[in-house]
Amino acid sequence: MGMTLTEKILAKHSGRDRVSPGDNVWVDVDILMTHDVCGPPAIGIFHKQFGENAKVWDKEKLVIIPDHYIFTNDKYANRNVDVLRAFAAEQDLPYFYDVGTDSYKGVCHVALPEEGFTRPGEVLFGTDSHTCTAGAFGQFATGIGNTDAAFIMGTGKLWVKVPETMRFVFEGTSLPPYLMAKDVILQIIGDIGTDGATYRTMEFAGPGIKALTMEDRMTLTNMAIEAGGKNGVVEPDEVTEAYVKARTNKPYEKVYSDPDAQYHSVRHYNLEEMVPMVAKPHSPDNKATVEEVEGGYLDRAYIGSCTGGKLSDFRAAAEIIRGNKVKLDTYIVPATTEIARALETETIFGTPLIDIFREAGCKIGNASCAACLGGPSDTFGRLNNEEVCISSTNRNYPGRMGSKQSQVYLASPYTVAASAVTGVITDPRVFIQETVI
Amino acid sequence: MSINQEPIKGKAFVLGKNIDTDQIIPAAHLVYSLEDPEERKLYGKYALSGVPIAESGLPHGNIPLTKEGETDSEFKIIVASDNFGCGSSREHAPASLEIAGIEAIISSSYARIFYRNSVDGGFLIPFESYEDLSTEIHTGDELEIDQVNHQLKNVTQDKVYKIKPLGSVADIVHAGGIFEYARQNGMVPAK
Ligand code: SF4
Repeated sequence: MGMTLTEKILAKHSGRDRVSPGDNVWVDVDILMTHDVCGPPAIGIFHKQFGENAKVWDKEKLVIIPDHYIFTNDKYANRNVDVLRAFAAEQDLPYFYDVGTDSYKGVCHVALPEEGFTRPGEVLFGTDSHTCTAGAFGQFATGIGNTDAAFIMGTGKLWVKVPETMRFVFEGTSLPPYLMAKDVILQIIGDIGTDGATYRTMEFAGPGIKALTMEDRMTLTNMAIEAGGKNGVVEPDEVTEAYVKARTNKPYEKVYSDPDAQYHSVRHYNLEEMVPMVAKPHSPDNKATVEEVEGGYLDRAYIGSCTGGKLSDFRAAAEIIRGNKVKLDTYIVPATTEIARALETETIFGTPLIDIFREAGCKIGNASCAACLGGPSDTFGRLNNEEVCISSTNRNYPGRMGSKQSQVYLASPYTVAASAVTGVITDPRVFIQETVI
Repeated sequence: MSINQEPIKGKAFVLGKNIDTDQIIPAAHLVYSLEDPEERKLYGKYALSGVPIAESGLPHGNIPLTKEGETDSEFKIIVASDNFGCGSSREHAPASLEIAGIEAIISSSYARIFYRNSVDGGFLIPFESYEDLSTEIHTGDELEIDQVNHQLKNVTQDKVYKIKPLGSVADIVHAGGIFEYARQNGMVPAK
């Protein structure tokens, strides 16, 4: 019997010929990532357990990316970045993307691929639940806590229970012009629920994958955790290779699921038949088509985060916003500094994206997580009261973007932009003509 | 956390389903140090402060886990419905519950990272019930968890329920966390 891509990676990294779902194995870790929220407590545990003078297992494999609470006056938040800084100096870490320097990046899950740390066939852990994003590159990537991260810092290993795999097969050869990967994953999460993939792998496959860019694939795997998934994964192809080779010279080995691999379940979706979706307050699985909630009241629009703050997300939003004034308070937060720079150079009909947003009256923030997770009260875009927001982020639990009184609709950047322009929840098909019927 | 297998006794605090980590410890509070003894107490103060107050302490609601101005809770055992701990990977979530004084949770199911963090960090024991007990048990009921016979007794209501054995994580739970487990097995040198 064959193995899935995830099983193969875990077998190889635990020194076995094969593994089966339910096996507990100790794997060798290729990359450990941490950030300003979970790094300091992980470092504290590392020193407590391995000693004040302990060194990390392999400084080439530890990546520290401050991104969560960056542009704030909160003294505790700033102290946490100081803790990272001191640790990076003490351990002489080559991959620390410090705030206030030229190397500062922004949101870790977008920074990791940009810097070449997401390579097919490898094992990547991060102290953040959206670490599953990196599975878009055909690797095993999942989120862990501070204690587990400290354990890896000292040993380079971690135990993993081999997950069962759920396969999601995409039919169709292209995404309709009004549809984004965000709509696809909101549909899937709505279908299986926020615990529909708990303890399992979500493997995205089928001919439709070819129609998806790396950024689209990252949107899918990013939100595997919103269905409770352990990891999300896409088989690597020439699109993956082109992205990875442009970012790193490190060798890697591509891994594929066997045709006779065993799956927990298989579901089929035809990309060409899907429609724009939202998740209504207060859960990512509270699905509706945009049509069903069209005209709904809004105070604010937010485009940003590791899910919806990539260059293609802003390009999509700019296509709709171009030549209009926004009717809502509209916040634009590029995930990384690389994307922020690209907003100045990427153009639509000769106008840089940043100018399209400025002329429309959008508010533009610095690369970071910003209000995606609320954060300290002075965070850019935070919902401090009873606002109703439509957002390209990934979570809308009570209080996620700030106040418990606020309400968040999750949607694609197209839908968020269309709503920003009209002032109420709006189907992007109002702006984008259907060329495929 | 009790690392021997003594019964765990105390008052129940009851919650509904999909209690995510932003409700367990809202993101604005993640900035405090877990090592500083004074700052650490703030996690006990704000544990479960993100739960909408009408749903905090069921069936009646309107009961905060820790009373206004305090950092320790009178409750010892959380009883919850499906998917407890979904959302982010913040280990501050099980840590904040432990700091508030919670020793165990009984839920019909857990989100993976929360479950793993609770066990590997040795913060509290996440027991699984066979059925959803959040509608049977009331906040304030006196409970006893018998770890040896896998039973939960509701002393107030005089009822007994079976709970699931811990399964493959039992060794880590009983060791008191992943480091203690690894030391017992020679994977990490003794201190
Ligand atoms: S952008 Fe949002 S979801 Fe992504 S890492 Fe930051 S806080 Fe988490």
